[in-house]
Amino acid sequence: MRGVLLSLFLFVVGLVIGWQFLSKTSAPPPPPVQYSNEDGGTKGTIPSFFNAETGRIFEVKDGESIQKAVTESNPGDMIRVYPGTYNETVYIDKDKITLQGVISGGEWPTLNGEKQLNDAFLYSGNGILIENFRIIDYKGNGIMGQAGNNFVLRNNWIVDAGVYGIFPEFGKNGLIEHNVLSGIEDAAIYVGMCDNIDVLYNEVYESVAGIEIENTRHSLVEGNYAHDNTAGILVFITPGLPIKTCYDVIVRNNFVVNNNTENFGAPGSIVAGVPKGTGLLVMAADDVIIENNIITGNDNAGIAITDHVFANLTSDPESEPNPDRLVILDNIMFDNGNDPVADVKALMLTQMSNKGPDIIAVGGGVGSTIRNKDRYRTFGLGGYGPARITNTSSVRTFLLDEPVAPREITALERSKLTYYGICAGCHAYNVRMIGPPTITLQALYKDNPQGIADYIAAPIRRREDYPEMPPQNYIDEETRLEVAKYMLSITE
Amino acid sequence: MKAYSIPIALLLLFILFSTIGSRQHPAGGKIILSGTCPPGFELNENNECESRNLYLQYSSLYDKGVGGLKTALPEARHKFSPQQIDLGRYLFFDPVLSNDNSISCAGCHNPDLGFSDGLPQSHGIKGSVLPRSAPSLWNVAYLRTFFWDGRSSSLEEQMEGPLYSEDEMGTTPEELLSKLNNISEYRNLFAQAYPVRGASDDISLNEIYTAIAAFESSLISLNSRYDQYAHGYHAALSQQEIEGMNVFRSFVARCAECHTPPLFTNQQIAVIGTPSPEGLPFDPGAEIPYANKDLRGGFKVPSLRNIEKTAPYMHSGNFKTLREAVAFYTKGRGHAVPEDENLILHWHIWEPDLSEEELDRLVDFLKTLTDETFKPRIPEVLPSGLQVLVN
Repeated sequence: MRGVLLSLFLFVVGLVIGWQFLSKTSAPPPPPVQYSNEDGGTKGTIPSFFNAETGRIFEVKDGESIQKAVTESNPGDMIRVYPGTYNETVYIDKDKITLQGVISGGEWPTLNGEKQLNDAFLYSGNGILIENFRIIDYKGNGIMGQAGNNFVLRNNWIVDAGVYGIFPEFGKNGLIEHNVLSGIEDAAIYVGMCDNIDVLYNEVYESVAGIEIENTRHSLVEGNYAHDNTAGILVFITPGLPIKTCYDVIVRNNFVVNNNTENFGAPGSIVAGVPKGTGLLVMAADDVIIENNIITGNDNAGIAITDHVFANLTSDPESEPNPDRLVILDNIMFDNGNDPVADVKALMLTQMSNKGPDIIAVGGGVGSTIRNKDRYRTFGLGGYGPARITNTSSVRTFLLDEPVAPREITALERSKLTYYGICAGCHAYNVRMIGPPTITLQALYKDNPQGIADYIAAPIRRREDYPEMPPQNYIDEETRLEVAKYMLSITE
Repeated sequence: MKAYSIPIALLLLFILFSTIGSRQHPAGGKIILSGTCPPGFELNENNECESRNLYLQYSSLYDKGVGGLKTALPEARHKFSPQQIDLGRYLFFDPVLSNDNSISCAGCHNPDLGFSDGLPQSHGIKGSVLPRSAPSLWNVAYLRTFFWDGRSSSLEEQMEGPLYSEDEMGTTPEELLSKLNNISEYRNLFAQAYPVRGASDDISLNEIYTAIAAFESSLISLNSRYDQYAHGYHAALSQQEIEGMNVFRSFVARCAECHTPPLFTNQQIAVIGTPSPEGLPFDPGAEIPYANKDLRGGFKVPSLRNIEKTAPYMHSGNFKTLREAVAFYTKGRGHAVPEDENLILHWHIWEPDLSEEELDRLVDFLKTLTDETFKPRIPEVLPSGLQVLVN
């Protein structure tokens, strides 16, 4: 048995040395990465896209329901929630709603899931702002967004909210700042399949992953304090997701310290495979710049870089599995690698080191560069050339100067979509379907679109030989009138 | 025999629809294909039916068609002519496409059963039983891969599977062409659907595939009560259904992570470890076509639209009801994986520990995805002269 292990070990060593040798000779020169734009977007962290609307203000006091206020609210409204305990799931399927906790005398409005409820906040609308809430003891998420753009999630204090603390998915243009999160069994802050997201000045600790940027582009992770997690900050391409890329991510000015907590991720989850003691982990993501971070006391490695093969993930032919064109600029790194995991220890032994590395790269990837490589204890950086840039100071933010606009659609287009997408199921132009032909209705309602709009909201049966029409009151009033006009205008 | 009976509901449907679409002359006269697009489409100046629905108001990241409530769909297959769609409808229901004239496409894709067949595993000619169930055809216009194991990438490629499989329709390209070319009514219909080529030219395989793909792409279901909610009419769903929707999209149950709105599939392959039916060998699924051991036991995430209509559930119909199907996900990661299999289960398969009430609410929500308002009309008379057979 021991002989088998030894030969296996030597085989691995051989592979690694061979790989290093090859990678030294075969890596192409890195392409230049430039951030020469002097005006890197908006200044500061208050998003220019978020202008408070002058809507109504709802006040929710202890003992009342936040959801009730959301249900009654309209776009532009603000819901202020006073200190107290709220045991509910708040879902927001509307645009431009602000939920603002009122912190008074140190007392917070607290959403408490009592480990019975799944999520504290679920939103799908655009322009959602959620701030100043304490969120505890949920099973799923503290705040989860699905496809909402132009969001702000800030100043929230989230403890043991389940799988993720703050989790926007499929969103564009969002700011996550000044939140404090702990006790999360996956990622405290998880940005999944998003674009243009800033994650700033958050404290994340005692979670499996502090911050995870996954299958996301144009993201700035800055000024965060990620400590005492299993791993501090992750930048991933996870295979098998519908959006396949992760690139243009800047990780700078963060404190990534003592991330040595035992991994308590759910069996089978991707983070359950993350080695404890890892400060910053880049998997398969491209064009990631790591700058000016303080990365200390992480027992496995300060920065680990891997492809999908080494991470032993299911391959996805549509996901490019290698981390390419990474740029590691100056970072403060010491006291990392005091107790590396077995795989890393074995690799370091090939370099006659008992300690884990500051920076380790395993697997494929091309075009990566590093500044002042000799400062660090490294493994696998043979193919890394010298960095072509010295800093990213011209990039202030990845937030957009203007909010993501909804798709432009004219009243005529909307009425066509409604007519062919709904009405045409029962009405054809000049033949009988389930309902009377459109041409018949044109004769009946000539110059009277309002008559049609009123009728379809609450139809009454008028024709013995036709089935009763179901009410179309789910179509809003304006669209009902538009589609009625369209119906009267068509000629074929 | 059940297969020869036409449900009363269908007869009623015939009456309701009996004046739209193609006109049929009695006593062997010529059929004239419809010049009108099916519902959900607008005829443009090039005689093409363009897709129209309320989701075209929205956008989606990278046009992937995945996201939340007001998210665009993936790009649709559309712009077929009304005549091609109508011709495809005749072909779809015509058993002449099978070797022994015993089954049509509709045999396994019955419009009254959610364009599936109500069977755990579908039946082919001569009593053969297939290893998997028939996937629904609703909204296939938006799909990029076909078959449970995702082995084909277009409707045209897909249909060659069942047409020419000995266990399914059992015909051959030569036989199919010979049969159709010998039916004068079909020669007439193909000439109408493909006016650019010579009217007396022979029918070609590509013309057959295009017509059937055109018809299949016209099967649109986007007007469910869920859709009304999504477009902003929140009274469309009851409180219990909304609770179910919140369980569905929560990260505890995680249904919406793979069954992503608005299509309710992210079109990826997922290994979830459902049980194989008694007595059947383990189905390797996507491992075979992708030549990738990681995908052993993997299947394409199906859309959940009209899921209420397509029992039994999963790739080989193990679960008779929606309630059984949703309960699978809370019984423990890998609980049904055979001992000798070492599958790489999808990371979203975990132990969400859903309550009985939450499972009930999930089923309530899934039933809000039902919409059959654009169900097509079944032809009364077929160009082949054969009888229409649906299940």
